Amino acid sequence: MSLLTTILKQLINGLQSGSIYALVALGYSMVYGIIMLLNFAHGDIIMVGAYIVWLMMARFALNPIIALLAAIVGCTALGVVIEKAAYKPLRSSPRISLLITAIGISYFLENAAQLIFGANARVIPPFINAEPITVGAVSIPAEAAVTLAAAGIAMVLLNVLVKKTKMGKAMRAVSEDAGAAQLMGININNTISFTFAVGSALAGIGSVLYCCAYPKATPTMGSMLGLKAFVAAVLGGIGSIPGAMAGGFAIGIAEALVSSAGLSEWKDGVVFAILIIVLLVKPTGLMGRPMTEKV
Amino acid sequence: MDNRANNKANKKRFELPVWAAYIINLGLFIAFISLFGVLLSSGALPGFITKVAMLIGIQVILAVSLNVSTGYLGQLPLGHAGFMAVGAYASAIFMTHTSIPAGIAFPIGIVIAAAVAGLFGVLIGIPALRLKGDYLAIITLGFGEIIRVVLLNIDSVLGFKLTNGAAGLQNIPKTTTFVNAWLMVGLTCFLIHTFIKSRHGRAVLSIRENEIAAEACGINITYYKTLAFSMSAAFAGAAGALYAGYLGILNPSSFGFMKSIEILVMVVLGGMGSMVGSIAAAIALTAAPELLRAFDNYRMIAYSLLLIATMIFKPSGLMGRYDFSMKRIIENAINGDIFRRIRKSRAFDKAEGEGEA
Amino acid sequence: MKMSRTMTMTVKRTFAFALAALMMLLMLAGCSGQAAQSGDASANTIKIGILGPHTGEYAAYGLGVRNGAELYFNKVNENGGINGKRIELVIYDNKGDDTESVTAFTRMVDNGITALIGDVLTGNTLAVVGEANAVNMPMITPSATAAAVTVKEDGTVYSNVFRTCFIDPFQGEKMAGFANDILGAKTAALLCQTGNDYAQGLAEAFKQKCAQLGIQIVAEEGYAKGDVDFKSQLTNIAAKAPDVVFCPNYYEDDGMIVTQARQVGVSSTFLGGDGWSSVTKYASKEALEGSFYCSSYAPGSTDAVKKFEEEYVAGYGKDTLNMFAATAYDAAMLMCAALEKAETGGSAPASEEYKQAVIDAIKSEGATICGITSEAGYTFDDSNNPIKDAVIMKVTSGEEVFDRMY
Repeated sequence: MSLLTTILKQLINGLQSGSIYALVALGYSMVYGIIMLLNFAHGDIIMVGAYIVWLMMARFALNPIIALLAAIVGCTALGVVIEKAAYKPLRSSPRISLLITAIGISYFLENAAQLIFGANARVIPPFINAEPITVGAVSIPAEAAVTLAAAGIAMVLLNVLVKKTKMGKAMRAVSEDAGAAQLMGININNTISFTFAVGSALAGIGSVLYCCAYPKATPTMGSMLGLKAFVAAVLGGIGSIPGAMAGGFAIGIAEALVSSAGLSEWKDGVVFAILIIVLLVKPTGLMGRPMTEKV
Repeated sequence: MDNRANNKANKKRFELPVWAAYIINLGLFIAFISLFGVLLSSGALPGFITKVAMLIGIQVILAVSLNVSTGYLGQLPLGHAGFMAVGAYASAIFMTHTSIPAGIAFPIGIVIAAAVAGLFGVLIGIPALRLKGDYLAIITLGFGEIIRVVLLNIDSVLGFKLTNGAAGLQNIPKTTTFVNAWLMVGLTCFLIHTFIKSRHGRAVLSIRENEIAAEACGINITYYKTLAFSMSAAFAGAAGALYAGYLGILNPSSFGFMKSIEILVMVVLGGMGSMVGSIAAAIALTAAPELLRAFDNYRMIAYSLLLIATMIFKPSGLMGRYDFSMKRIIENAINGDIFRRIRKSRAFDKAEGEGEA
Repeated sequence: MKMSRTMTMTVKRTFAFALAALMMLLMLAGCSGQAAQSGDASANTIKIGILGPHTGEYAAYGLGVRNGAELYFNKVNENGGINGKRIELVIYDNKGDDTESVTAFTRMVDNGITALIGDVLTGNTLAVVGEANAVNMPMITPSATAAAVTVKEDGTVYSNVFRTCFIDPFQGEKMAGFANDILGAKTAALLCQTGNDYAQGLAEAFKQKCAQLGIQIVAEEGYAKGDVDFKSQLTNIAAKAPDVVFCPNYYEDDGMIVTQARQVGVSSTFLGGDGWSSVTKYASKEALEGSFYCSSYAPGSTDAVKKFEEEYVAGYGKDTLNMFAATAYDAAMLMCAALEKAETGGSAPASEEYKQAVIDAIKSEGATICGITSEAGYTFDDSNNPIKDAVIMKVTSGEEVFDRMY
C-alpha cells in the first residue's frame, strides 16, 4: 500500500467521524445561537437516540429505516420536553444557572439510562451489508459512504430550513435580538422550542450514524462525544452552520491524522491545542461573526 | 445608604473595631478545629466521618478558590481541576523524593504546590483571559484537558519516571489530617477575604461589575484579571497537595473535565460571590453522596434532580451574594436591630435578584 | 403584573425552603441510619464488605463482582452459615472514584466488617489497599490485576491482600508463547489502550516474550480511553500484514477493533487477554472467526460452571454475567473456607486475632476449595498472587469455546 493511499484512507476515516461530530456540533451551535446556552445535555440526547435504535433493531428486530425515524422522533420529543421542563423556567435567570441545569440534566439522563438499560454496553446489529465502494486504489467502506452522504443531506436541508423558510427567518431574528424580534410579532417561546426540536432531530440523525459506525450504546457515551462536538462548534464559530460543519470535519481529520502518526494518546491534547490556537488568533472561531461589545 | 446616614445622625450605633472582629473569628475558628479535632481523635464519631471531613475541607478550598475567579472576577473558567492536578503532582513528587521528615516537608509541599499552580495560572491566564464569557470557559476547559493529557503521557516522551503515566503515583506519604486540612481551609478563607476587602480586591470586583467602566477609572484590567486568576489557581494547587496527602495515590483520570464541573457546581449552587455559600455548598455536595447511600441505585438520580430543582427555584444559588460577617451580626445584636436588619437585607436581596433577572 | 411577580417570588421562596428542609431531613436520615447500623454488632453474624463501582462507566464489572459474590454468600447462609453464624453483607458503591472508595471502605470498617471482597478497578483498589493494610483487613480482589496491588514499590508484600484473578504480565507471556508454539507466528502487531494499566501491562509482557522467542513486532499502535474509531491505527497495521495482532483490551473495544479491522482489510489472527470474555456480543462471527484469547474462566466448560451460570442468570439476569462474576464467586468461596477455619480459633468476628486468622487461612485453605475458575483451588505465591493455569479460548462460528489449557 503506497503512502498516498494510506493518507487518503486516513482522510476518509477522519471524514466519517468528522461528519458525526459536525451533526452534533450543529445542534450545539443552533441552541447556543438562540439562547446562549452551552447545552451540556446535548451529547446525552444522542445517547438516548442510540438506545432507541438499539430497542428498535435488537429488541423488536425492526427495519433500520423505522429505527432511524423512531430515533429522530424520540430525540426531538426529548429535546422539546427538556427545554419546556428545565430551561424555560430559567429564561430570565443568570445564564450560569442555565448551564448548571444543563449539567444536571446530563447527569440525570446518564444515570436514568443506566438504571433502565443496565450498565453493560448494548450492541446494535449491523445496518448495512454492502461491499466497500472502490474508487481507484482506495476502497471506501459502505458505512463511511452512507455516513458522509447522510450528513451532507442533513446539512443541506438544515441550510434551506434556516435560510429559506419563515421559521428559519424567525430563528435568525431571535438569535440576533430576542427583544426586537418579539416586537416584530415573533413568538419567542415557539421559536426557541422549534430550535431545540431541530437541534435534537439532528442529534437523532447523528445517533443513528454513530450506531452505524460504532455499533454500541452505553450510558456515558454522550459525554465525550458531546464535548468534542462542542469543541467543533466553537472551533468553527459558534452560531454558524457552515462553521459547525467545518469544525466537525477539522476535528475528525485531525484526530485521524494524529492517531495514524502513532500519537493517539495525545489526540485529545492536540484537539484542544488546535482549539486554543484558533481561539487566540481568531476569538470567534473560524467562521463566527466578529462580536462588537456594547458600552 | 440611608441606614448609614441614620446611624450617623443618632451617633449611638455601636461599631466593632476590625481587629476585634478578627480576634473573635480566629477564636471561633480555633474552637471549631479543636472541638472537632478532639471529637474525631477520641473516636466518639465513626472513622469515616473523619475521612469525609478531610475531603470536605479539600472541596471547600477548591470551591472558595474557584469563587475568586467566578464570583469575584466574574469569569467562567472550566479548568480548575487542571490546577488542582498540577499542585497535587508537584507536591506528591516533592514528598516522595524528599528526605525531610513528613511533618516539616508537608507544609513545604503545599507551598510548592501553590507556587507551581499559581505559575500555571499566570501562564494560562495571560492568553486565556483575553477572551470573555463562554469562550473563556471553553479555552480554560481546553487547557485543563491538555494538563491531564500531558500528565498521562509525559513519561513516555521524556523517558524518565515523573508522573508514572496512567498507572499514577503510588505510596505518597499520607500526611493530610483533619487539623492540617482545616487549618488550610481557614488560611485560604482568611487570605481571600482580606484580599477582596483590600484595594486590589475592590479593583477585581469593579471588573466584575463593568469591565469598561473599570478600565476607564484607570484599573489595569489585564493585571488584576491575571492576579485573581492565578490566586484562584494557587489555592486549587494547595487543595491538590492536600488531596495527594489524603489519598496516597494520584491518577490523571481523577482530574478530568468532570472534576472541574463538580467544583463549578458547588460555587454556583452556593451563590456566586458568596464565600459562605461556596463553603456550605461544598459541605452539602461532598456529604450528599454519602448521605444518599440509602437510595443505592437511585442516589445519582436523586442528586441530579436536587441540582436541577435548586437551580429552577433559586437560580442565584442558595446564598445569592450574601456573605457571612461575624462583625455585622455582633453589631446588629448589640444595637438591637437584628430583626429589622434581616428584613432589610431580604428586601435588598430581592431587589438585586430582580435586577439580575 | 407586579402582584403576580411577588406571588411567584413567594412560591419560589417556599420551594427553596422546602428543598432545604428536604436536604436537612436526608442528612438526619443518613445520620440516624448510620447510628443504627453501627449499633447492632451482634456476635451471631459475620459482616463482609463488598465494594465496587455499581453505577457509572465501569458498573458492569462492579455489578458482576457484587452479584457473583452475593450469590455464593447467600447459598452459604441458606445452608446454615459459617459455624452457625450468618454472613451479613455490607455492599457499597464507589462509582469508580478513588476518594469514594476510601470513604466507603472506612465506613465499612466502622460498620464492623471482618473481611472485604473488592475493590474492583485497579486504581480504586490501590487507593484502598493502604487503608486496609493499616487495619489488617483481609481482602480478596476478584479483578484488580496490577502487580502493585499486592506488592509495594519497595518490594514488601501487603500480607492482607489476595486476588483470584491473574496478574497482567502473566497473560501477555502466555499469549506470546501461544503465538509462537501453536500458531507459528513470525510477525506480530499490537493495538492497546494507552491510558490503561491493564492493557499496557499485557502488551509489555507480550513484547518482551516476543523478543525472546524471535517474533518480530511490526507495528505498535495505541488508542485513548473512550475512543470508538480505530480505523486509523488499523489502516497502519493492515499495511504491515502481520501474522497475529495482539489486542489486550476490554471486550467492548476489542469487538469494535476486530469489526473495523476487517473493514479496512486486516486479515491477521487476533489474540487477546481475559478482557475478551463475551467479545462475541460485540462483533460479528465472521469478523471474529479464529481469534484466540486466554482467560481464567471458560464459560460452560464444566458442570460446576454451568450450574453457577444457571443460578446467576436466575438471580441477576445474564447482563452482568462476566468473568469477574466468576472470579468474585471464587473469591467468596475462598473467603468462606477461610472463615470456617478462622471460626475454629474461637475469637469474635472483626477482632484483630480473627482477622489475622482469616488472612492465614486464606493462604492455607486456598487449595482445599474447588473454584469454578480454578478446579485445583488457590495456592498463592510469595506475592499473594494465585498460581493457576490459563485457559485458551477460541472464537469459532460466533461461539467462545474452550480450546486447550496452556
